[in-house]
Amino acid sequence: MFTGFMVNAWEVATIVAVVAGVVGFFVVLRGSAFPAHAIPNGAFAGAAGANLIGVSPLVGLGVFSLLAALGIGSLGRRGRPDVATALALVMLLALGAAFLSRTREFEQQIFALLFGDLFGVATLALLPVGVLAAACLGAIAALYRPLLLASLAPEVALARGIRPHLVEMAFLVVVACATTMTVPVVGALLIFALMIGPPAAARCFTGRPDAAIGVSVALALLVVWSSIACAYQSNWPVGFFVGTFSAALYVIARLYEVLVAAQQRRHASR
Amino acid sequence: MSILFEPGFLSNAPVRGALVLGAIVAVVSAVVGTFTVLRSQSFAGHALTDVATTGGAAATYYGANVLAGFISASVLGAGSIEAIGEHRIRRRDLATGIVLGASTGLSALFLWLDSSSATTGASQHILFGSIFEVASSTIPDAVALGIVVLVVVALLWRPLLLSAVSPEIAAARGIRTRLVGTLFTLALAVSVGLTSIAIGSILSTALLIGPAAAALRVTRTIARAMSLACAFGVAATWLGILFAYDSPYWFSSGNGLPVSFFIVAIVFALYLVTGLPFLRRRLGRRAVRTTRSAPPVVAANTGVR
Repeated sequence: MFTGFMVNAWEVATIVAVVAGVVGFFVVLRGSAFPAHAIPNGAFAGAAGANLIGVSPLVGLGVFSLLAALGIGSLGRRGRPDVATALALVMLLALGAAFLSRTREFEQQIFALLFGDLFGVATLALLPVGVLAAACLGAIAALYRPLLLASLAPEVALARGIRPHLVEMAFLVVVACATTMTVPVVGALLIFALMIGPPAAARCFTGRPDAAIGVSVALALLVVWSSIACAYQSNWPVGFFVGTFSAALYVIARLYEVLVAAQQRRHASR
Repeated sequence: MSILFEPGFLSNAPVRGALVLGAIVAVVSAVVGTFTVLRSQSFAGHALTDVATTGGAAATYYGANVLAGFISASVLGAGSIEAIGEHRIRRRDLATGIVLGASTGLSALFLWLDSSSATTGASQHILFGSIFEVASSTIPDAVALGIVVLVVVALLWRPLLLSAVSPEIAAARGIRTRLVGTLFTLALAVSVGLTSIAIGSILSTALLIGPAAAALRVTRTIARAMSLACAFGVAATWLGILFAYDSPYWFSSGNGLPVSFFIVAIVFALYLVTGLPFLRRRLGRRAVRTTRSAPPVVAANTGVR
């Protein structure tokens, strides 16, 4: 399990988990679950397009996830954000359907791109993933304070001269960047589970943002590592484990939260 | 005529089936979609299509009735979202996300189990579907379920409207907004389950959100928005089917483009056009007022219950 191609898989998956844990914290904080679902799905269409014109799928993923982020951001400014997200998503997927109808050779890769593939992880070059991960984490570090303020207290942020729309746009671009590197690993449909489940669970355990980011990264690592181990042992798709483990973590965290609240009420009533 | 219709358009049985089914689906989607957009439940509306297809994959694997699989998974998903029980929009989207993530994981498993025995291309079919491949035996089921959904929305009409536009007033009038919300989400689940098996996940979301959102931008009352949304939806569906039928003649390879591409492109264009500044200037002041137009502080404190 720790030899040959699997070494690469473990390394890439670890990077992915760290990025998903950090970016995911802000996804949960800002309530951006829908864009976080839509951007990787749109990126999937880009991979299909890249296959059609014969360039690297990573380029297609990058271009289309950026397109999705900018589309959601600019459409959402003038209308309802959730409507804008839904329509940008279906438009990109429809383009993907059009690309797929032009070629017949893509069938096997589709499942891997949608649901993740251990061998896909194993053959992914470490360098581009590392560079994109560093870019994501760097961007989050640079945006940290305005992003936190704009997410938690939009009025205060506005008064401080932070433009919420600019912050939103920058954040969506970071999500797009994170998506590009993570789609080949856990799949377009499941990266989203990793960006939601562990951070949402982390927020049940602690209220402080920096501590929550730490817990979120730790939980994301736990999910990804155990998913890879299980996928390796069972030969089932990685995506299944990532999706169910993330949701299970959230359920456990919510139960914990309820128990703590009940205990505090009992203390208070004494 | 032959410029517009390539030969045999209306005498082709799959095309006629698609036109009938497409119209039914577009109308049901537009009616449910109007309230979905007003209540900011687009994410749930989209997520339930994926949850429904998980049910479809499971039903295929266990050899059960696929339509039942779609509908029951979608209703189960909606029930779980409601059970997590978050009412503020941000956290409600989070609950939707958790349910969606879990169901996508299961979907991956069932598709993998399926494909390791027989079918290939199932994942593509589930995502993109095709209105032309629908069996004509689906139409009676679709009509029956569509009527059930329309009746539920009609019964809930006033409380739904009030709790979408002003949750405080609705609560003050003694409307049980939570119950109304749950019933509507279940109706949404049935509608989405039905449309995603009939026309695929992408088109289901497009026809649910697009026509309603476009219509709400340019109308003053909900009833008018709903009628306009129905007209938009049916028009987009029929035009899309026509283009898809004609499209093989446009390429030298004789290889057409999928119908879902055309319908979504038309819906998307409609949304963009209805948002154009000059249209909005003329009609925008008359647009339906909703919770979204409430002052931000009020909206943040109340959310949609």
